[in-house]
Amino acid sequence: MSDTPTDAVTQEDTARVEKEAARQVEPGRFGQVMRSGAGHNLGLVLALALLALVGVATGGERFASVDNVMTILRFAAVIGVVSIGMTFVITGGGIDLSVGALVALSSVWCTTVATQTMANDIHWIFIVTTALLVGAGAGLVNGLLIAYGGVVPFIATLAMMASARGLAEIISARKTQIVSVPGFTDAFSRDILGISVLVWIFVVVAVIGWVLLNRTTFGRRTLAIGGNPEASRLAGINVRRHTVLLYVLVGLCCGIAAVMLIARTTTGSATHGQLYELEAIAAVVIGGTLLSGGRGTIVGTVFGVLIFATLTNVFVINNLSISAQAFTKGLIIIAAVLLQKRFSRQPGS
Amino acid sequence: MKLKSTAKIVVAGLSVLALSACISNTPEKSDNVGGTSNAEAGSNDEKGDTVVIGFSAPAADHGWMGAISEQAKAAGDSYEDVDLRLAEGTNDVNLQISQVETFINDKVDAIVLLPFDGAAMTPVALKAMQAGIPVINVDREFNDANAARVTVLGDNYGMGVSAGEYVCEQADGNENAIVAEIAGIDSLPLTQDRSQGFKDALAECGLDVDNRVAADFTVEGGEKAAGNLLQAAPKIDFLWNHDDDQGVGVLAAINNAGRDEFTMVGGAGSANAMREIESGDSVLKATVIYPSTQAADGIKLARLLVQDKAMSDLVEVTVPRTIQLDAPVVTEENVDEFLPTAFES
Repeated sequence: MSDTPTDAVTQEDTARVEKEAARQVEPGRFGQVMRSGAGHNLGLVLALALLALVGVATGGERFASVDNVMTILRFAAVIGVVSIGMTFVITGGGIDLSVGALVALSSVWCTTVATQTMANDIHWIFIVTTALLVGAGAGLVNGLLIAYGGVVPFIATLAMMASARGLAEIISARKTQIVSVPGFTDAFSRDILGISVLVWIFVVVAVIGWVLLNRTTFGRRTLAIGGNPEASRLAGINVRRHTVLLYVLVGLCCGIAAVMLIARTTTGSATHGQLYELEAIAAVVIGGTLLSGGRGTIVGTVFGVLIFATLTNVFVINNLSISAQAFTKGLIIIAAVLLQKRFSRQPGS
Repeated sequence: MKLKSTAKIVVAGLSVLALSACISNTPEKSDNVGGTSNAEAGSNDEKGDTVVIGFSAPAADHGWMGAISEQAKAAGDSYEDVDLRLAEGTNDVNLQISQVETFINDKVDAIVLLPFDGAAMTPVALKAMQAGIPVINVDREFNDANAARVTVLGDNYGMGVSAGEYVCEQADGNENAIVAEIAGIDSLPLTQDRSQGFKDALAECGLDVDNRVAADFTVEGGEKAAGNLLQAAPKIDFLWNHDDDQGVGVLAAINNAGRDEFTMVGGAGSANAMREIESGDSVLKATVIYPSTQAADGIKLARLLVQDKAMSDLVEVTVPRTIQLDAPVVTEENVDEFLPTAFES
């Protein structure tokens, strides 16, 4: 991130405010542990280990097999990429309800006959670029509405959720668009070192996300803005521009997720990505990112995603009744959040 | 019943399976347990090798879809030798794919799949077939014939034809009868098929659709669409409503408007629609079935397939590739026959 002149003058202040804002919401006693990430992640590791134990105890070989682990990871990868983007927006004090709709819109836009024809003429990468641009573009609209239009994130992205899915339906005429570009599905259905390309994409996105949040100015500013936007502004951070960037980032992640979903299904459809907003928010919050902003953890989000994916898998393996699966899932979300709250001792929140 | 449609391409109705269930008591084949030899006609329901079947369907967000899963489970429970694995109903293809992958990892004997989106589930179905697991595709078709060993389908065009033929019969040569239609979600191919069938059948007796509106399969949408239609058409003789779930709203609008000059025909065949028909004092005189037993039939077929049996009322020694179910008309006369398998909306 290049600094604006204002930033340069008050760079020291900025850094201080960023740190303060980030620290403000940390629980006092566990502060240091929390900062290292090990503290609140410990609970998640335990939860995942417990789930895995239940899986092994009830499913044995069927759960512990390499094939099954790969099934869990491939499933987790798509929603995982969306969740990484969501972590940034929520850490920055916002929310994005439009992620599922953006996945649908991106998937539809990049699989139209026109796009596929172009991709056939040029390269299948054209499909990927289109999806990423559409996702980022819609994110840009969200960001501009929120940062410069003064629309609260909940409403702006709620409107985008409706419009993007509507637009996806218009573009696709509510039909499922099948991808027939040679090379595209081949490229994504491949394994590298025995692991699906989709899982590698998730890994790469998560690593970049971690570095971005924890090791860059961009990350520190995100934490600062989420913790105290007014102080951040006074300290010289361009809060508006940064907010726009956060929504572009989550939109970009939706574009990536759309490509992954197309690879998995060979289709683009206006019905893709249903309820992804809720799944992503649930994973992010369970992971330990504060819904009110100011604290975020990529590692936590990855665990949150893995916990949900494993849970779903254990259900199927144990052949629980369909209604019991839905009911139990709700209970486990509540239990996890309550435990999380207790564990991290959030005063009054 | 004189309502037999000639346009149908039905290979077999569910009655075939039901019949085979009734006559399956040939004790001399009991030494067949543990073997996979072709069973003799009538012995299909006898206990054989345990068959592990994975079942996945979309979320039960309307009555018909709820009934699909329930009846599938009931079909699985009715056999000692079926171990049915159920996956959570979902409208997320990513999740549904992972469910099928889990079934493949588990090396189940067969997979019964009602895809949320046929095309989107095709790759994973192909993967299952390549792994040697037969896939029974229910209701929403894959876009690759190799992705399923058996396909069980309803008959949307046939529904329209059945409704149209019933109207023709009731109109009894009156070519001036006013016919109205309340469709489901208009952009869906299944809605277009239903309307086309209705139109074609009406044309046979010189009738056409005078007023047509579309709703969205919900009670609320049905009420709104019917309200508008009744405003637009002061006198109607026949009304076909595509879907009994939205029909609850349609009937409410009709009652609110105090109209009773016409005969209404429903669609899909919900239990409450049938109770209306049974009561005899409703404008709803008939409904056309779109079977909610398709997945249950899928389970039965999966079992036959894995146990190397066939549909014993047919001469063919293996299970057919495609089975399209009938779309019969339910009226006051035969409602008793259909009410037990009807779904609650």
